[in-house]
Amino acid sequence: MLGKLSWEAIPFDEPIPLVAAGVVGLVLIGVFAWVTLKGWLPYLWREWITSVDHKRIGIMYILLAMVMLLRGFSDAIMMRSQQALAFGSPGYLPPEHYDQIFSAHGTIMIFFVAMPFVIGLMNLVVPLQLGVRDVAFPTLNSVGFWLTATGALLVNISLVVGEFARTGWLPYPPLSELTYSPGVGVDYYLWSLVISGVGTLLAGINLLTTVLKLHAPGMTYTRMPMFCWTTLASNLLIVAAFPILTATLIMLLLDRYLGFHFFTNEAGGNMMMFVNLIWAWGHPEVYILILPAFGVFSEVVSTFSGKPLFGYRSMVAATMAICILSFTVWLHHFFTMGAGADVNAIFGILSMVIAVPTGVKIFNWLFTMYGGRVVYATPLLWSIGFIVTFVIGGMTGVLLAVPPVDFVLHNSLFLVAHFHNVIIGGVLFGAFAGYTYWFPKAFGFRLHEGLGKASFWCWISGFYVAFMPLYVLGLMGMTRRMQHYDVAAWHPWLLIAAGGAAIILIGIILQIAQFVVSIRRREELRDETGDPWNGRSLEWATPSPPPAFNFAVLPNIKGEEAYWGMKQRALQQARLSEEPAYAEIEMPRNSPTGFICAFFATIMGFALIWHIWWLVGLAALGAYATFVVFAWRDKDEYIIPAETVARIDRANRSARGAALARLQAAP
Amino acid sequence: MTTIDAAVGQSDPHHLGHDRESSYHQHTEGHAGGGLVSKRIITGYGFWIFLLSDIIMFSAFFAAYAVLVGNTAGGPTGRELFNLRNVALETAFLLVSSFTVGLARIGARAHSGSWFYVPMAATFMLGAAFLTIEVQEFAGMVARGAGPTRSAFLSAFFTLVGCHGLHITAGLLWLLTMMAQVFAKGFRADILRRILCFNLFWHALDIVWVAIFTVVYLMGVAP
Repeated sequence: MLGKLSWEAIPFDEPIPLVAAGVVGLVLIGVFAWVTLKGWLPYLWREWITSVDHKRIGIMYILLAMVMLLRGFSDAIMMRSQQALAFGSPGYLPPEHYDQIFSAHGTIMIFFVAMPFVIGLMNLVVPLQLGVRDVAFPTLNSVGFWLTATGALLVNISLVVGEFARTGWLPYPPLSELTYSPGVGVDYYLWSLVISGVGTLLAGINLLTTVLKLHAPGMTYTRMPMFCWTTLASNLLIVAAFPILTATLIMLLLDRYLGFHFFTNEAGGNMMMFVNLIWAWGHPEVYILILPAFGVFSEVVSTFSGKPLFGYRSMVAATMAICILSFTVWLHHFFTMGAGADVNAIFGILSMVIAVPTGVKIFNWLFTMYGGRVVYATPLLWSIGFIVTFVIGGMTGVLLAVPPVDFVLHNSLFLVAHFHNVIIGGVLFGAFAGYTYWFPKAFGFRLHEGLGKASFWCWISGFYVAFMPLYVLGLMGMTRRMQHYDVAAWHPWLLIAAGGAAIILIGIILQIAQFVVSIRRREELRDETGDPWNGRSLEWATPSPPPAFNFAVLPNIKGEEAYWGMKQRALQQARLSEEPAYAEIEMPRNSPTGFICAFFATIMGFALIWHIWWLVGLAALGAYATFVVFAWRDKDEYIIPAETVARIDRANRSARGAALARLQAAP
Repeated sequence: MTTIDAAVGQSDPHHLGHDRESSYHQHTEGHAGGGLVSKRIITGYGFWIFLLSDIIMFSAFFAAYAVLVGNTAGGPTGRELFNLRNVALETAFLLVSSFTVGLARIGARAHSGSWFYVPMAATFMLGAAFLTIEVQEFAGMVARGAGPTRSAFLSAFFTLVGCHGLHITAGLLWLLTMMAQVFAKGFRADILRRILCFNLFWHALDIVWVAIFTVVYLMGVAP
């Protein structure tokens, strides 16, 4: 009846996951009870859960990423403290638990923190920057988000019901095959990533179509803000790479569920093929993450330097070059597999070539700042922190791209330090820069500057204290994923690294404090005009937060930096442009399809993990029924009357008019 | 553009408001170089991107097949297993079904019930015939002890060909849904867009089959 599921699946003998899950469960129940008692449930359902508004979906993506960041970071704290304690002793985490922790940490941080964070930012900002009212496929967008949430939910269920994979964040066979991983851990990993991978693919198709096909009049490709270009490149990579991940995971699933022999030791299976396939997705994946971050930095650096982005066209070329080159370097993840000197040399050289367009970008950002009127606001601090940190990470990456060096450093902590160097220093700093930069656009008030800066300094110093020792340890020969060790020389460095994690923890606490304090002081942090940073692209032409329809009248784009041009004209003529003729606007109606799909996907994933076959069938039927019901809808749009549009736009125009008058009055 | 497409294009296709009187309207025909495009183009374009991603998934299975084709682990090889007569029949059914599904689309564009239902039904029959032969082939192989668990080669074969078969199955389900939708709602603009997408899907499966036919079956029996 319940397949493999029984009471033994609950780890009663392991207090740490049980207590953690208990606390999380209590918090969830508390939040749910609070929301219900306050009577907010209908509002949440109407305005958020069923929303197909790209801004709201973007915000929900980012919220998911932030919650999962806390989960992934608690794993990190546990690993750092275990390694600090486990010199010549077993520490406090038994190996089977420690192995689950490092696997969950990597899986969560990549798939459920970094991915939703960048997809959330793209969703929130790109239609605004393109000057359009919506994405290409609003309901599909909602389905994509909820499927991602399903994957995150399944990973977290594994904390209490059963176990998670002990195979690392990429489950290399034969370890991940049924023979060596008979439990449900790898199945949790596989199904949650297959389901969330479908969600990511849908998000990619939607954003790609949006960038390629939806533009305000006059918004040609070479007038698009840099963030739109990096979104284009990143989503091209999603569409081209995620199907490979799905196919690879399906092959492993077939091995585990139906006794196929893709990657097994016997009957002709080839486990090296898994490594090739997974990195054919995995290397583009790191560029899927970093390219949107590059876009954020481009926007932030240009805005806070008060200058157009230096070398816009070279930036576009560099972005697209990285997009293509990212598919040609996957083998550098396994130089030691024995492909031979020629193959290794080619992939080594190609890996170094990627440093060239990246270098172009770094210099462009520096030249953008050069001679600018630089305002050191929090988003710019994250960007400068990124430039310094990322260059170090990039250089250690070029080192690792030299095959003979890689033979020494492969699977050592040097590698761990390198990729944290680029992912924290690049993706995460970019996500935080974007979060601070676009927060006022999303919610109508700025984040507290002082706490933001304090958090930045904790993050960046904590990062260096935590990860520079890992470079040293890697050179000293310490391999990754060690549950305990007895080399005395490593111990002090691991203690320092644990201290670094503690400093990062302070940074995270400060970020939470910043969030809470900013909400409490939102009136004094209010963004009245919709343009708090003296921005240059079209999202700042809308009120904060933007109305559902974004633009009362579609802007007519006359050049690069569309909004800057409008602002200059208004300043010159000392008045706003003429009030446009308002018309009614059709917008897509909200739909619970995404949420219901995810509901069935969660049940189906859980049932597949535990071999509850009847439930699988039931959930599949439910999913198909949802699809048909959705396809049967007759009305998928509603009308916003012209008076409403006029009222919202006039309010914003008067705020902007007042700001203009203040500017004119000031000398 | 046909009259139908033009009609679709005029009813404010891209949720961008009623700007018919404004100067923006002149951009309506434009491509992405700064204009507004019709919903039909957006839907079709997005579906093309999905199809490309689907073909990439197939290419991963093709790659796996190419790597594992020699790893028969002492079991039967393709030359011992494949029956080209059946494969020729399958190919014929699928290619003809591509023609009939094209007819159905033309019928739908002309809002002609009979020219839509009859070719769609024919497409369904051809697809079902294809599937029947494939299932028989699979069942026969499993019965001979040449199931997917026998060797890595057979794992890759069943996955690649089976994945295409599953796509055909999903396509048949979609086909019936589309017939029911036209029956219930008529040739509405959004339903015509779905018929367009279904056409693209079905043709893409044909293309994948041509690759399977060549790489798996023809090269499999070649000496």
